[in-house]
Amino acid sequence: MKFRTRAIHVGNERDEQTGAVVPPIHVASTFVQHHAGEWREFDYARSGNPTRKNLEQTLASLESGTAALAFSSGMAATHCVTMLLESGDHIVAGSDIYGGTYRLLHKILNRAGVTVALTPTGDLDGFERAITPQTKLLWLESPGNPLMSITDLKACVAIAKRHGVLTAVDNTFATPVLTRPLELGVDIVMHSATKYLGGHSDALGGAIVVAEKALYDRLYFIQNATGAVLGPFESFLMSRGLKTLELRVREQCRSAQRLAEFLEADSRIQRVLYPGLPSHAGHGIAAQQMGGGFGAMLSFELVGDFEKTKRVVESTKLFQLAVSLGAVESLIEQPAAMSHASYDAADRLSHGIRDELIRISVGLEDFEDLRDDLDQALNA
Amino acid sequence: MQSRLSSDSHEKGPQPKRRGESTLAVHAGEAHQKVADSITDPIVCASTFTFVNTQAVIDYIEEKQPREEYGRYGNPGEKVVERKLAELEGGEEALLFASGMAAIVGLLMTKLNAGDEVVFFDECYHRSREFCSKHLSRYGVVTRQVKACHYDAMEAAINDRTKLLVSESPTNPHLSIVDLERFAAIGKRRGVETLIDATLATPYNVRPLEYGIDYVLHSATKYLAGHNDLLAGVIIGSSEQMAPVRNLRGIMGAISSAHNIYLLERGLKTFGLRMQQQNANGQAVAEFLARHPRIERVYYPGLESHAYHEVARRTMRGYGGLVTFLVKDADWRATANIVDAATIPRIAPSLGGVESLIEQPLIMSYYECTPEDRRRFGIPDNMIRYSCGIEDADDLIADLEQALQA
Repeated sequence: MKFRTRAIHVGNERDEQTGAVVPPIHVASTFVQHHAGEWREFDYARSGNPTRKNLEQTLASLESGTAALAFSSGMAATHCVTMLLESGDHIVAGSDIYGGTYRLLHKILNRAGVTVALTPTGDLDGFERAITPQTKLLWLESPGNPLMSITDLKACVAIAKRHGVLTAVDNTFATPVLTRPLELGVDIVMHSATKYLGGHSDALGGAIVVAEKALYDRLYFIQNATGAVLGPFESFLMSRGLKTLELRVREQCRSAQRLAEFLEADSRIQRVLYPGLPSHAGHGIAAQQMGGGFGAMLSFELVGDFEKTKRVVESTKLFQLAVSLGAVESLIEQPAAMSHASYDAADRLSHGIRDELIRISVGLEDFEDLRDDLDQALNA
Repeated sequence: MQSRLSSDSHEKGPQPKRRGESTLAVHAGEAHQKVADSITDPIVCASTFTFVNTQAVIDYIEEKQPREEYGRYGNPGEKVVERKLAELEGGEEALLFASGMAAIVGLLMTKLNAGDEVVFFDECYHRSREFCSKHLSRYGVVTRQVKACHYDAMEAAINDRTKLLVSESPTNPHLSIVDLERFAAIGKRRGVETLIDATLATPYNVRPLEYGIDYVLHSATKYLAGHNDLLAGVIIGSSEQMAPVRNLRGIMGAISSAHNIYLLERGLKTFGLRMQQQNANGQAVAEFLARHPRIERVYYPGLESHAYHEVARRTMRGYGGLVTFLVKDADWRATANIVDAATIPRIAPSLGGVESLIEQPLIMSYYECTPEDRRRFGIPDNMIRYSCGIEDADDLIADLEQALQA
């Protein structure tokens, strides 16, 4: 079965007891056993819940994995992966990673004696040189945030295999519609399911998907021991969201591509950062790695200063001013004032985040409506 | 606060151009800035709404201050979905109900008094007709039925007691298409209100109010909610015409619950995308079946062979996900074998959700009818109704191909 058909049917089998076409939401915290000491499939909801299990089956299928784990947030999922490491271990991560991951690696894991090196993934030789005998994990994101840098996942996997290091990919921006890292040899896929997977800005969640059973068992042990599991209502909303995932992402990519082309041709814009444009440094790799779409996140730099940029992001009517991404509603933000405001100005610049940079998450609205909205806001 | 893009009915001056279907589905009816700055609407579970003091109660009763009072009369989430649905239909006011049947019952009971008459095109949902013939009859309301799309017969059935003309378009399961302009014109000419149940069309494919129809009805359970996980109904019409219906709903109490309303609002966000895909799947499946040697006949408005193709082409943007077909030289058992052999669609009543569904009308809806009645309703033993979901058309067709070899 094709991707979209599996998104609708795998993990959503007809309910045996009632025939309900949508599986029931199981809210039980505990499950009644038949005999003392003989555990049935479900015992206590932290260890497993039928609604969460359904979602995990769908996720495993969509990511071409064998098993998945659903978490209460993306950060809980990332944290679970990092808990595979021990004191003295080392992580090599891309330099263009989510700020929350950066914080976890530098402000939490350091207390456990785990060290981190951040390296641009565009320079594969430099990336390989960052690996030490203590390195246990490569952490990658593609496309990166907010500059949409593209990482060659296959090449990174080859490096990791040479050094016997696990690779994990935060696949939140690409989604399994476009990129399925496990098919490229990656060991662990992580998602902030809050974004495209849920897709409706109404549930927080995270996910891990793996190909190898032994690795799953280790991660499951950690999840069960530490308890950051996804609740049944959110699991239901995620499963419901997944049914339209492919339709949403394909449509959002189409609109993003057209908006990128519109902006690139506009004299009010200095530069557009979108992997779907031939002018983007990662265009070639993205064309191979992203299944015929280039994502629905794009950034661009205005002709103008901080104040002008602020006025533009405050003048849109359809694009709403908010961080987060991946949902049906289009969002706009100014990284220098919002998502990356905590950096000092010089540090921001060294990361390529200029005052006039705007990041948009393209939603499901009609392209013409979105274009007209940006067009009028750019005159602000 | 009203949405910055929605056309507030109090607004003066030229109306802005209609936004695209997907933009409306995502944003229409919602405030741009919501409670607690939340990007999504809250689920307001309150059964009742509090007043700060006695004067606030008086202001509310004297209609100085629009707000909620008691859950049966309205809910903030309900208002959002009603505005969204009204905008999608291009109507002034929408009214949500607990189910599609609750919606039509609410309208019929508002509009019809003892001695009044209602005329139906006969290819209407049998439960709607049953409500009229078996229940409204107890209150002295007379129901007349004429053959679907026989406009002269409908006009001939009208007399000075007639208050409402009712049809579905497309009809179920034959997918006959009503010429809405003609239907509305009969009503206007004779001073009778018109109702179209457009559940199978949805506002993505046709907006009956634009043709002069008075009321549009939907089982929102189907395409509007779209995920086979809730029941709801809606009627859209002018504010003046809907006011007494709203009043009666408050008394009857067939309202949608707060959780339900939120799922409906969430389902509507992908309405445009889903319809686009279901239109495409319906057309692909219909074309596949029309070419298949085991198929005797396909009912689908998007096929040139369909009796109502011309009027459908003229009035509809797409033809929906429902496809009805007859299996050649098959008795009820051979037909049932095909239904049972299909592996992607589940066997179930209902339609319009993301999951494809399949059913044999003889068994599912007309099992208790006499063979004569089934002949009269046009439900042969070898009829199958297939509701396309949003799966890949290739998967649906490959599955049907193997099922037809069963």
